[in-house]
Amino acid sequence: MANQIIFYVLATIIATFSILAVTSNKIIRSALYLLFVLLSTAGLYLLLNYPYLFGVQIAVYAGGVMVLFIFAIFLTNKPGDKVEKEQPIRRIVAAITAITGVALCAHIIYYNVTKAFTTFIAEEEKIQNIGHTLMGTEKYQYLLPFEVISILLLACIVGSIMIARKR
Amino acid sequence: MGDFIANFGLGQVPITAYLGVSLIMFFSGVYGFLTRKSLLMILVAVELMLNAVDINFVVFNRFLFPGQFEGFFFALFTIAIAACETAVAIAIIINIYRNTSSVQVGDLDEMKE
Repeated sequence: MANQIIFYVLATIIATFSILAVTSNKIIRSALYLLFVLLSTAGLYLLLNYPYLFGVQIAVYAGGVMVLFIFAIFLTNKPGDKVEKEQPIRRIVAAITAITGVALCAHIIYYNVTKAFTTFIAEEEKIQNIGHTLMGTEKYQYLLPFEVISILLLACIVGSIMIARKR
Repeated sequence: MGDFIANFGLGQVPITAYLGVSLIMFFSGVYGFLTRKSLLMILVAVELMLNAVDINFVVFNRFLFPGQFEGFFFALFTIAIAACETAVAIAIIINIYRNTSSVQVGDLDEMKE
């Protein structure tokens, strides 16, 4: 019962603030609403018994990405700037696209995802298992993607410095 | 609606509820991507979409394949890639701002140098 109440509170927060984040007129408010959405998503991970993913979400998204966003907003916006909007006709077309997509996917989910999956086994994965899976080289273990991600991060650091440095 | 009330009595959250949340999040990201004109706001919309996909991976892993880690690690790697993408995108945006003093997509109609 308690996790239901928590879930519906988090779901309301996510739905409200993700819509507000893309419709708000002030750019810094939009970033703040995005932060609320990311934090509530971390709450959903905790509700699904993934505490490690909860930590990663808080550290990487709410910690790293949001700081980057807020710095970028401070660097590129004058105070009191309004967000420019598209023409109304394009906004209507975009709204129709989004609502059509929601309707289509909701129909598919409601009629095709089987109703049997209403419960999950709430056992918590040991952090030891996560470490072995991340660092193993056997089947269903993820050392190679992990190293590829680290090379991607390195390329990303070098690329960002190259792009953003002063000439 | 009957299913909903029955589930509420049982104290369980169905998989469709989780998928509905991520659905709303994803398509509000699509709407923002199509309507915003500032590059930073487009980036916010992209983050929303990536985050919705993460929720889907984790939910499918938890409900359909408990005891395995596939969705978990896909979500983990997606978070890492999203962080990379944000860093590079913000570097590009700051460079654009330095060259043209604007981050609106309407002003970006020429490539410098």
